[in-house]
Amino acid sequence: MDETNGSKGNVKTAAPKTDGNGNGARTILGVTVDPDAIKQKAELDLKAARQPTKTDVYQSIFRVKHDETPRSRTLGVLSNVFLHLHPAKVNRDAVRFNFTWGMGGITFYLFWVLTWTGVLLMFYYHPTKVQAFRDILYLEHDVPFGKLLRNMHRWAAHAMVLTVQLHMFRVFLTGSYKKPRQFNWSIGVILLVLTLLLSFTGYLLPDDQLGFWAVTVGTNMARATPMLGHEGPFGPQFGMTNYNDVRFALLGGSIVDANALLRAYIWHCIAIPGFAATFMIVHFWRVRKDGGISGPAPMALEKEIKPLRRR
Amino acid sequence: MDWHQLWTIVSLPDNIPIVGMIFILPFFTWYGLRQAFANDRLIDRLEADPDLAKTHHRKVEPFQKGWARELHVWPYLLRMEFLAAVIVTVILMVWSIALDAPLEEPANPSLTMNPSKAPWYFLGLQEMLVYFDPWIAGVLMPTLIIIGLIVIPYIDENPLGNGYYTFRQRKFAIWTFIFGFIILWSTMIVIGTLIRGPGWMWFWPGMTWDHNRVIFEINRDLHEIVGITSQPWIGLFGGAVVGGFFAVSGYACHRLITATAFSRKILERMTLAQYVIMQALLIIMLSLPVKIAARLLFRVKYVWVTPWFNI
Ligand code: HEM
Repeated sequence: MDETNGSKGNVKTAAPKTDGNGNGARTILGVTVDPDAIKQKAELDLKAARQPTKTDVYQSIFRVKHDETPRSRTLGVLSNVFLHLHPAKVNRDAVRFNFTWGMGGITFYLFWVLTWTGVLLMFYYHPTKVQAFRDILYLEHDVPFGKLLRNMHRWAAHAMVLTVQLHMFRVFLTGSYKKPRQFNWSIGVILLVLTLLLSFTGYLLPDDQLGFWAVTVGTNMARATPMLGHEGPFGPQFGMTNYNDVRFALLGGSIVDANALLRAYIWHCIAIPGFAATFMIVHFWRVRKDGGISGPAPMALEKEIKPLRRR
Repeated sequence: MDWHQLWTIVSLPDNIPIVGMIFILPFFTWYGLRQAFANDRLIDRLEADPDLAKTHHRKVEPFQKGWARELHVWPYLLRMEFLAAVIVTVILMVWSIALDAPLEEPANPSLTMNPSKAPWYFLGLQEMLVYFDPWIAGVLMPTLIIIGLIVIPYIDENPLGNGYYTFRQRKFAIWTFIFGFIILWSTMIVIGTLIRGPGWMWFWPGMTWDHNRVIFEINRDLHEIVGITSQPWIGLFGGAVVGGFFAVSGYACHRLITATAFSRKILERMTLAQYVIMQALLIIMLSLPVKIAARLLFRVKYVWVTPWFNI
């Protein structure tokens, strides 16, 4: 059977012929029952069950053969929605740990873990002054595995901030931001900022002293924004007060209170993850479009530098 | 030596990433540079031996004729990704079972936490608050860090070292990044987390966090030290000092940029705009350690006082 992407047109025509007047056939209440024909059909089903990969159901799900041939391995990656961001083949030295340190992939995996644990946490959390702190207590003491869930979300977030920096460090050390990957580095920087902001907005959500003061310290700096903060250089000249500057916009008020909690919640659970996911898609797309992972590339020598041509 | 205090700080669950960072960052710096040096040795051989350069596959990874240059993603890359995901999951699980995410008392605006610290990845910025006004430490510097990172690929005109580790071919770039990322950013995070105690005072590891400690240190503005007392002169003097700093460190950076014949060749490829932007970013980056030194050694508070802003 050849593997094509889609229908194969191989209609089974081997169905047993039953004419209703065969040897064992009998008619009960107007329905023809032929034991031989039923037996034959059962045998066909059995045969199919022994070769599940040949059934229509299997083929409708997997579309292509999964055997050891290069062609199938390629199709297995390219025709799978979750894997198709990969190329079919990669540089033989790039699969080693020592080139990429796996840090981009690990960062993405941690983002994935955070999304899952985060959604589960959302089932138990209300972003209100009355409930927020109690919800955390409830999670810690009553929800089955609630403590584990919260811990995992917390530690995965810390880990992600660390791995994203390591990823940037290795991209720098391998010079992978050089032509043609300049723009993807810039997208990466945006992802770095979004990662930090994600973590920061989450800090306030337990509504405890730690988060409250951390966010107070953090947003107090916004007061000092030149021109846009009421304590910043030229802020007063621009008409900024405690009630209309950027800090007010961030907190939804002049102090860290109920509105700030709600705003942090929306940024943390909807807006920033949305931006981050979008930029990640672009980031991965660009890794592919820029020719895949940059190396390990054959080294260039000083005397091979080509003169630069500018328009 | 207060071991108990040391242990309290180091074992705080939220501080684990920083304690980890103290080991992880040097490890990956070593790991990356080790490969860079290995590649550099090969580059040396190839530069010295043009015949070898023609036939060599130009990687330190082994390669023989007849080997495929590319491998199938399935299974060679996917199995690595799967393995990485499993290992990360196990680490997260163990971490989350062993250590609980912190939860303090409910938020209470009338009870100030001392010290009240931002999340760890912003502690570098919070540490900067000691040396600069909030509009610089909290707004200007972060903005410049982001812009600076984004423009790296657009000002680095060195075409060598694209896709492989090397130190020899990119000495200036690698030193700059290590200076900014490891020596400034990461060290300040470690200081902010492990060293700064109540009142954001400096406590060496093992010193007891004494909440009643008072440090009498009189910080003076530079113009006071020099003896200038009335306004237009104060501002003009400060402006001259800052301008002088830009000139001197610009000159120093220029000497570094043109230190070798190779870097002069790279400089020739840069446009004026690229050069100016690079200089501006380098000088501003240098202003941080310079201001730290001025504060710690000479107790200087501001170098430039004007009616609108102080630096
Ligand atoms: C949420 C954050 C990020 C995720 C999930 C992510 C993910 C990835 C992945 C999976 C790759 C493939 C290669 C690898 O694993 O190293 C990659 C490559 C790359 N990343 Fe990121 N990244 C992130 C942030 C960053 C940052 C902060 C930068 C730089 C400032 C960056 C710059 C790049 C570049 C230039 C490449 C191409 C590298 C090459 O071809 O060798 N990324 N990224």
